Amino acid sequence: MLAQFLQFLFSGITVGATYALAALGFTLIYNASNVINFAQGEFIMLGGMLAVYFTQAGLPLPVALMLAILIPAIVGVLVEKLAIEPVKGAETVTLIIITIGASLVIRGLIQVWLGKNTFSLAPFSGDEPIQILGATLLPQSLWVLGVTAVVVVALWYFFNRTLQGKAMLATSYNRLAAELVGINTSWVLFMSFAMSAALGALGGILVTPITLTSYDVGIMLGLKGFVAAVVGGLGNGLGAVLGGLLVGILEAMGAGYISSSYKDAIPFVLILFILFFMPRGLFGGKSTDRV
Amino acid sequence: MKKNVYFGLYLVVALLAVLPFVVPNSFYLDLVIRMAINAVIVLGLNLLIGFAGQISLGHAGFLGIGAYASAVLPTHFGWHPLLAMGAGAAATGILAALVARPIFKLKGHYLAMATLGLGIIINIALRNEAQWTGGPDGMPVPAMGLFGFELSNDKQWYWVVALLLSVSVWASLNLIDSPFGRALRALHGSEVASQVVGVDVVRYKVAIFVLSAVFASLMGSVTAHYVGFVSPNFADFFHSIELVTMVVIGGMASVYGSLVGAVLLTALPQALATFEGWETVVFGAILMGCMIFLPKGLVPTLAAKFGKGE
Repeated sequence: MLAQFLQFLFSGITVGATYALAALGFTLIYNASNVINFAQGEFIMLGGMLAVYFTQAGLPLPVALMLAILIPAIVGVLVEKLAIEPVKGAETVTLIIITIGASLVIRGLIQVWLGKNTFSLAPFSGDEPIQILGATLLPQSLWVLGVTAVVVVALWYFFNRTLQGKAMLATSYNRLAAELVGINTSWVLFMSFAMSAALGALGGILVTPITLTSYDVGIMLGLKGFVAAVVGGLGNGLGAVLGGLLVGILEAMGAGYISSSYKDAIPFVLILFILFFMPRGLFGGKSTDRV
Repeated sequence: MKKNVYFGLYLVVALLAVLPFVVPNSFYLDLVIRMAINAVIVLGLNLLIGFAGQISLGHAGFLGIGAYASAVLPTHFGWHPLLAMGAGAAATGILAALVARPIFKLKGHYLAMATLGLGIIINIALRNEAQWTGGPDGMPVPAMGLFGFELSNDKQWYWVVALLLSVSVWASLNLIDSPFGRALRALHGSEVASQVVGVDVVRYKVAIFVLSAVFASLMGSVTAHYVGFVSPNFADFFHSIELVTMVVIGGMASVYGSLVGAVLLTALPQALATFEGWETVVFGAILMGCMIFLPKGLVPTLAAKFGKGE
C-alpha cells in the first residue's frame, strides 16, 4: 500500500517538476507582456529533441545540453521580436493565435528535420533504481528534482536580490510606471522570452530520459504547464511551482488509482473545479477592476 | 444602413444559387459544402467571440458531442437521425448551460483555460469510450433520412447546407440588430457600463455561449452525416483553434468576415497539400502573418480601407 503510494508520488513529483518549469515560463512571459505563450510546450519539446540530436552527433553531454538550452532561448527571443513585439496591445485572441502559429512552425520544422520517430536520451547518471520503502526511484528523477530546486532558488534570488530581476518585477506590476523610472521594458520582454524558453527547454531535457520525446510531445506538456500556471494563480511564481507539483502528483495518483486511460484528462478536470470555486487559482490575489 | 446590410445577404444567396452549376467537378462541390458547413459554425462562434468578446478554445468539443450523438444513438440504439441530432443539441445545450455560469465569472485567460479544458475532457472521453465511439479510429455514421427521403448524393447535401447557411446569415444579421445583439455588443465594450444601464451581463453571456454551442452541435451532426464518418480528431484542440482562427482571420464581429474566414481556412489545407511535409510550417506561418499584418481580420481591414462599413 505505502510502497504503491510512494511510487505514484515519486513519478508525480518528477513529471510535476517539468510542469512547474513550464508554468514558470508561462508566468514570466505573462508578467512581462500579458501574453499566454501557447508555444511554451514547443520549447520543452525542443530541449529534449535537441539534447538527443546533439548527443547522438557525438558532442559531450555538457556541451550538448548547453546547446539544447541556448538554441530554444534564441528561438524564444525570435518569436518575441518577430511576432509579439509588432502587435503590442492586440486583443487576447489575436495573441493566442500568433503564439499557436509560432508553435506550429517550430513543431513543423522539427518534424521535417528530425522526423516523426520517438527518441530517448541516456540517463545522466545510470539507471540503477534506488529502493525507498519498497518503492523505486530513478536516479534521473533526482536530477529532475535537484535541478528544478536549484532553478527555483536561483530565480527567487534573481527577482528579489538583483536590480535586473526587480526591474522585471516592476514591469509586471505597472509597465508605464516602470518606463517612467527608466526601466527598459523592451529589454524586460526580451529577457522574459529568453528565460522562459530556456526554462521550458531545461525541463524537456531533464525529463526526456524518463518519458522519451518526439516532435509532438510539446502540445500536452505545454497545456498542462498552462494548467499548472493557472492553478497557482496566473502571474504568481511560487504558485506556478506548487501548481506544477500538484498537477503532476494528482495526475500520477489519478492514473494509478482511478484510470490510466483518463490520465491526460485529470489536470483539466482539476482546473475546471478550481476555476469554478476559486476563479483566480489557488494562490491568485484578489482583483479589482478599474472602470 | 438596413438596405446595405441585406445587400450582402442577397449576394450570398445569389452566389449559393449559382455555385453548383459552375463548380467543375465533385471534388470542388465537396469542398464548397465543407466551406458552407464551417461557415455556419463560425457564424455561431463569431457571435460569442467577436460580438460578445468571450473566448472559447473548446468549441470542437461541442461539435464532437453533436457528431457522436448522430453516430452513436442511431447505430447502437436505433434512434432516428433527426431525433439523435436533437438529443445531441439538447445535451450540448445543457452541458454548456451548466458550465457556463461558473465559467463566465472568469475573464480573458481564465476563460480561455476553462473552455480549453472542457474541450480536451470531451475529446479524451470520446477517445477512451471505445465500446461506444470506436475509440481513436472513429466510427461510421448512418445516412440521414428526411421523411422517407434519404440524403445521399452531394447535390442534395449542397442544397440543404446552402439553405442552412442562408438562414444563418439572415438570423445573425437580425440578431445583431436586436436588443439581444445590442446588449452583447454593449458588454463587449464595457461590462460595467452595460451593467449600469441594466444589462444582466452574466445572463447574456451564458445565453450566447449556449446558443453558439448548440449551433456547433447541430452542425457537428450535419458534418457527421455528410462525411459518413466521425473520429476524435474532429473534436480535438487543434480543430477548436482552426475554428477560432476562421473567426479572427475573417474578422471579429463581422458576419461576412465569418464567411470569408471559413472559406479561406477550409481551402487552405487543400492548397497546402503541395508542400509535402511542410504543411504544418506553412500553416503556422500563414496564421502568424495574418495576425501580425491584419490583426483586425480581412473583412474589417478591407472595409476600412475602401471606406465603407459593413
